[in-house]
Amino acid sequence: MEWDIVIGIETHVQLKTKSKIFSGASASFGGEPNAHACLVSLAYPGVLPVLNEEAVNCAIRFGLAVDAKIAKKSIFARKNYFYPDLPKGYQISQFELPIVGEGSLSISMGDDNKIVRILRAHLEEDAGKSVHGVEEGKSGIDLNRAGTPLLEIVTEPDMSSAEEAVSYAKKLHELVQWIGICDGNMQEGNFRCDVNVSVKKKGDKQLGTRREIKNLNSFKFIKQAVDYEVNWQIERLEDGGAIKQSTILFDPDSGETREMRSKEEANDYRYFPDPDLLPLEISQEKINVIKAEMYELPNEMKARLIKEFDLSSYDADGITSNIAVANYFEDLLTFNVSAKLASNWILTNLFSRLNELSIDIENCPLKASKLAQLILRIEDKTISNNAAKKVFDEIWDQDKSVDDVIEKLGLKQISNVNEIENILNQVLQDNEAMVEEYKSGKDKAFNALIGQVMKASKGKANPGQVSQLLKEKLKN
Amino acid sequence: MEKLSLRELSEGLKARKFSSVELTQFFLDRLEKYNLSINAFISIDKDKSLAMASRSDSIIKEGKQDYLTGVPIAQKDIFCAEGWKTTCGSKMLDNFISPYDATVIRKFNEISAVNLGKTNMDEFAMGSSNETSYYGNVKNPWNIKNVPGGSSGGSAAAVAAMLAPAATATDTGGSIRQPASLCGLTGLKPTYGLVSRYGMIAFASSLDQAGPMCHSAEDCAAMLNVMSGHDSKDSTSIEREKENYLNGIKDPIKGLKIGIPKEFFSEGLDPDVEKIIEQGINEYKKLGAEIVDISLPNNHLSIPVYYVIAPAEASSNLSRYDGVRYGYRTKEYDDLMDMYCKTREEGFGDEVKRRIMIGTYVLSAGYYDAYYLKAQKIRRLISEDFSKAFKKCDVILGPSAPSVAFPIGDKKEDPLKMYMQDVYTISTNLAGLPGLSMPAGLINNLPVGMQLIGNYFSEAKLLNIANVFQMNTDWHRLSPKGFE
Repeated sequence: MEWDIVIGIETHVQLKTKSKIFSGASASFGGEPNAHACLVSLAYPGVLPVLNEEAVNCAIRFGLAVDAKIAKKSIFARKNYFYPDLPKGYQISQFELPIVGEGSLSISMGDDNKIVRILRAHLEEDAGKSVHGVEEGKSGIDLNRAGTPLLEIVTEPDMSSAEEAVSYAKKLHELVQWIGICDGNMQEGNFRCDVNVSVKKKGDKQLGTRREIKNLNSFKFIKQAVDYEVNWQIERLEDGGAIKQSTILFDPDSGETREMRSKEEANDYRYFPDPDLLPLEISQEKINVIKAEMYELPNEMKARLIKEFDLSSYDADGITSNIAVANYFEDLLTFNVSAKLASNWILTNLFSRLNELSIDIENCPLKASKLAQLILRIEDKTISNNAAKKVFDEIWDQDKSVDDVIEKLGLKQISNVNEIENILNQVLQDNEAMVEEYKSGKDKAFNALIGQVMKASKGKANPGQVSQLLKEKLKN
Repeated sequence: MEKLSLRELSEGLKARKFSSVELTQFFLDRLEKYNLSINAFISIDKDKSLAMASRSDSIIKEGKQDYLTGVPIAQKDIFCAEGWKTTCGSKMLDNFISPYDATVIRKFNEISAVNLGKTNMDEFAMGSSNETSYYGNVKNPWNIKNVPGGSSGGSAAAVAAMLAPAATATDTGGSIRQPASLCGLTGLKPTYGLVSRYGMIAFASSLDQAGPMCHSAEDCAAMLNVMSGHDSKDSTSIEREKENYLNGIKDPIKGLKIGIPKEFFSEGLDPDVEKIIEQGINEYKKLGAEIVDISLPNNHLSIPVYYVIAPAEASSNLSRYDGVRYGYRTKEYDDLMDMYCKTREEGFGDEVKRRIMIGTYVLSAGYYDAYYLKAQKIRRLISEDFSKAFKKCDVILGPSAPSVAFPIGDKKEDPLKMYMQDVYTISTNLAGLPGLSMPAGLINNLPVGMQLIGNYFSEAKLLNIANVFQMNTDWHRLSPKGFE
């Protein structure tokens, strides 16, 4: 039997604010346990929450980036449950009226684009964490994370494969960093996905029962977990079983999903509007100000690169894959280099070197200003593209000027027609057999002859010119 | 000295007739002599109070005196005060020493008033008789067999017995005005948002409001001058220009339109109380006020609405008392759930548990719409009743409580009867309006309170109207016997 896979994702994005969402305590990661636990984080008697405006601005930026409606009025609600890492006994979240309404995100699947609809995004506070095993038979509580601001982004069930789910998660991950609202550090839990998976008979209108895989914090895990879960559900249904709606965990060690104990499961949260916080009202003026301050979005930039510089869709995707790459590209362009060459150099030579060394473009030792000098020398035909690679190696992490290296390695291209002609004549004389072969119809011989010329010029002859001259000579 | 008004104390300190240390010692001595009989205080710390008094004296010497500098003030034990045990009347917080000051406490500290001690109260401010306190009943100084009202019963009894010149209090459904009424005092619940709730232990966040408990309207004005003002730590605190409530407090009230809601004079009101309120109305007529009949048609719904909304908020507000970080924790337990259950079972009293259960119930899936949401809708109707009424009158007058102070134990076993104590006060909390209770007469030597309800932020007007009454009558000057 054939099956449709249906996936929706809820992502918790930790917002990049200095202080917590409802108090002045630091929202930075790490530190001694409870070093960032102020009286509000500890839920002392009598303390009150005060909303951090910066978290609101982050949510607005996100809303604008996914073309969503920003609610003029949204409400903070209390989600009530008891747990030691939840000091107030309730989490302040948004329930009925979230700050960000319906929007969409376009993801690339090969050459195709697919739209994933965003249902909503709301602000909430994170919980602390329990620390086990410090003392025999006891658990500790670390409230450093309690109250750090989160934006929970919920999609419609629009994805239909593990690949699409990963593609969405990656795209979202890039976007929240692009608009500067999240550090995107997945190991520190900055970006966590709850993935809802269900299957249904191919073509069925009715959705199947879903299971929610909690807290996936790597793209690899999303892929593995969804693949495992889809197989599990299909096997179960094909064996005549049924799926029960439930919350499950993915174990990266075994690669399997398992149902959470009933205690870990959702109960009646008794949501109601938090009377300590007024409804959050956002004016159009405020939205306009934030919009004006926002950088061009990835999709907008991609479209511009294609239109303005005639980049391929693939290359434009690469350049806009993250904000740091885009910035590097923009930096190169300020030196009046060709956009196509700039994009080629970033996506090939620069990327492969960064990959080899496992460093981020932010930490690239080769500054854009220097790479631009190199590209300019290709453009003005001083050196060939191949020669440029040698220069690239030399200047990568060393304080040398591009022109000095070209000079020192003797890489300057020969573009003087007479000079090339002399070399060419000599080569033709030395390789009469090849000339005959070419004339008898073997095109391969043409390239072999060019190779000989390049060799004779020690690689310095301008290959374009060589090719042109050779053609003319052989015609005669 | 115990009968001096706040103005007289302030002037006496300024003129160096007595020092703050002398004044504080005087009240501490009275506390030692009388507190046992009425149980008005939970925490007294003589050294702390005297140290504050001594600091006040040096400020007075420097000539930097504010109106209440050096005056000892009793603080309801609902306000967190740094270094003071702050219990909220509960076993749950019996071991809780606050590491910080509530904004109200901070404001008194800033002008160097003296904290005379923390007053007894119904547990988590839930009660109308002060019988739910973990620290035992407070007794009414007018008759120690009777209740002082609640939840600010300790503050009321302390001021009535002249153990403190004035006290702070809080009012969620009548907790300032009803004990003021039962103890012969003037108490003001301000407009919601006028006084910061930061550091005031929450019962029902959308209803809680702090205010003064004093002998007179003039004293209340002086206290409100300190307590009011915007606080960035409380998102529901209102940003508006600070007023001096003593200005214009003696203005004539000729032409004032007083609205009498017929719903406040129906079944349930003690006929003797009704007579005294009518005398009060006549007094105002003499002073040149015009009386108009008004109606608050939804007032009868205020108790049911209140007992949905207040417990709902309380059930959530009180979730933090879980034995994990501070406060009471049960001694022996098997696991986390067992620790939660035993801690909360042992740490909370019956009335608190009752309200947590009601609140949990009305917020539950399937009941939320029928109870909580419906109650919020009616709450709006109740507010609208008031805005309609204030088109016809400047102020609303009626009784503060349906009866005088009742005997201890009389209503303890019947929560519904107890809840009726707040039938005239609750609607103002639901609407967020200011309300004031002042003494207007005696029945069998027990005080009767008369209530004035004003429009939003009309505290200055309310205090003026009450003060003019008190300039022409002596009810607020009466004191109970046995505390001389």
